[in-house]
Amino acid sequence: MSFLLGSGAGFSGDRTDAAAPIVAELIRRGQPCALVFETLGERTLAAAHRAMRETPEAGFEPLLDELLAPVLRDCLRHGIAILGNFGAANPDGACEVVSRLARQAGRPDIRIGRVHGDDIRARLTDLDLTLWEAETQALPEADQLVSANVYLGAAPLVQALELGAEVVVTGRVADPSLFLAPLVHHFGWAWDDWDRLAAGIMAGHLGECGAQVSGGYFADPGFKEVEGLATLGYPIIEVEVDGRLVVTKPPGTGGCVTERTVKEQLLYEVHDPAAYLTPDVVVDLSGAQVRELGPDRVEVMGIRGKPAPPRLKTTVCYEGGWQGEAEISYAGPNALARARLAGQVLRERLAFRVPQELRKRLDIVGHASVFDDDDGTLQREPAAPDGDYRLRLAVEHPERVWVERATQELLALYCAGPAGGGGVRRQLQRRVCTASYLVKRTDVEAFATLVDSGSSDHVAS
Amino acid sequence: MSQAEIHQGPATAPLHRLAHSRAGDKGNRLNLSLFAYRPEAYSALVEQVTEARVQALLAHRGASRVRRYLMPNLAGMNFVIDDVLQGGVNGALNLDGHGKTLSFLLLGMSVTVDAGLLLGET
Repeated sequence: MSFLLGSGAGFSGDRTDAAAPIVAELIRRGQPCALVFETLGERTLAAAHRAMRETPEAGFEPLLDELLAPVLRDCLRHGIAILGNFGAANPDGACEVVSRLARQAGRPDIRIGRVHGDDIRARLTDLDLTLWEAETQALPEADQLVSANVYLGAAPLVQALELGAEVVVTGRVADPSLFLAPLVHHFGWAWDDWDRLAAGIMAGHLGECGAQVSGGYFADPGFKEVEGLATLGYPIIEVEVDGRLVVTKPPGTGGCVTERTVKEQLLYEVHDPAAYLTPDVVVDLSGAQVRELGPDRVEVMGIRGKPAPPRLKTTVCYEGGWQGEAEISYAGPNALARARLAGQVLRERLAFRVPQELRKRLDIVGHASVFDDDDGTLQREPAAPDGDYRLRLAVEHPERVWVERATQELLALYCAGPAGGGGVRRQLQRRVCTASYLVKRTDVEAFATLVDSGSSDHVAS
Repeated sequence: MSQAEIHQGPATAPLHRLAHSRAGDKGNRLNLSLFAYRPEAYSALVEQVTEARVQALLAHRGASRVRRYLMPNLAGMNFVIDDVLQGGVNGALNLDGHGKTLSFLLLGMSVTVDAGLLLGET
C-alpha cells in the first residue's frame, strides 16, 4: 500500500485554507499518510530573524495559527502526522502555538517533536566553512552576523516520529526532507538506499511548493489553461515502498496535475539535474520520465540516487542596513515624458541630498521594471508616450536617515515635480541579507526531543 | 499531429508559442526550465535556444555564466545562470528579487521554426 504525502502549504504566505481538502482526502483514503507544511525560504528565514530582533517572541511562521487550526483536530484524531519547518528562527515559539492549539482541540497531551541542531551561529567561527558553489562573498564580520542555519536532512525528523511525535516542528531543514522523513519512518528505508531516498526526496521536491505542481504558478491564458485557480487542490504524492511515485490532488478541487505541471515543478530550483544536492542524497534526475496515468494522476519514473554530500549548506543572515521604496504615478497624455522627467529631477536631487554611496535604482513601471538592471538599461528604450506609468525609487544604505531622506525626495515630487503626479506610497524596512556556505556534515549535531505540551520543557530523547 | 500540419514553412515567433518555462532562484543564481509544448519542436529549441543566446539576453543583468542541461526525456532543458539576480531575494533592489518573472523574458526570445509547430494565432 502506498504512503500518502499531503502538502498543506508551499511557502510562508500561502493559502491557509488549502490543507482542509487534503486532510479530508487523506482521511477518506484511510492509508498511512502525513501532512507537510513547507513555509521557510531564503526570504522568509531572513524575515523571521528580522522579526525576532524586533520582537523576541516572534520569529516563527506568522500564519501558523491560521494554517494549523483548521486541520489539527482531525489530524490528531486520525493519526495523520504533521511536519513543518514553521519553527523558522524560533521553533520553541512555534511549539508553544501548537501546544495551545492542541489544548483548544481537546488534546492537551499532544506529543510535539522539536528538531534541534540547525542553528549553528554560536559555533560558526570555529567551524570549517567553505563557500557554496555560487557564493562569492566572504563570511561577514562577527558583529554583522544575525544568524546561521544549516539545512538539516530527514534523520532528526525520523527520530521525532520514532519518539511518537504527532506534530514535528523544525527550523531550517531541507524542504524535501520534510517529506522524506515520514517515508523513511514508514517504509524503514536504509540511509544508504540511495535510489529510494532519491525518489522520496523527489516526492518531496514535487510537493514542497504546494500548488505549484497542481496548476498553481502555471496558467497562461490561451496557452496553458487551468480551471479553478480560486479553489486549487494542493498535491498529494503517493509513494510505494520501491520508490514509485504518483502526483495527484483531492477530487473536486480546482487546478490540474498534468505532465506539464509536473515537468515545470520537477526542475524548479534545480541546477545540474544529474546532481541535485540535498542533505540526504544526491539526486540524479537526468533520466527522469513523466507519464500521465489518468486525469490528475502523473507518475514520475527514472529517479536515481548517489551518496549524500559530505558538506551541508548553511544560510547566514547578516545586517543589510535599510531599504526604502517610494513610487509615484503619471498617466494619460505625455505620461512617459513626465515620468522620465520626474526620474531625472530625482537623480539631480539625490546627487547632493544624500551620500553618494547610497545604492539606488529607478524603474518606470509600465515601461521597464522587473526585467531591467539597476542602471535602467531597458528603460532607455522607446515606449508609448501616453499611458499609465509609475516611477519607482528603491534605495539601500546602512543608516536609516539617508533612506528616509531619499524616499522623502520622491514624495516631494508631488508639489515640486512634473505635472499630474499622484498616488505616492513609501515604505521603509530593515534589511537582512543572506549568504550561503558549506559546513562539514560531521560538525552538525541534529536531534529531536519531545516537548512537554504543558510547557516548553524538553524531555531528553 | 500529422506531418502535413508540421510542414507549413518557416515562421519567426516568440519562444512563448513553442515552449513553457518556470524560473527558480537560489542566492544570486537563477534557473530557467524550458519545455517544448510539442516533442517535435524540441530539436529546434536545442538548436536555437543556446547558452550564448541566453547569456546575451541577460547580459544587461550581469549574467556571468550560463550552463544548459538537456533533458530529452522531458523535451526540455534547464538553464543555470549565475550573478543575474542583482544580489538575490535578500539583496536586490529590483521589485522582483527572486527573478521569478524572468521565465517570460526567456519566452520573449524569437525563434524560427516550422509554422505548424506554433501555438496561438499567426
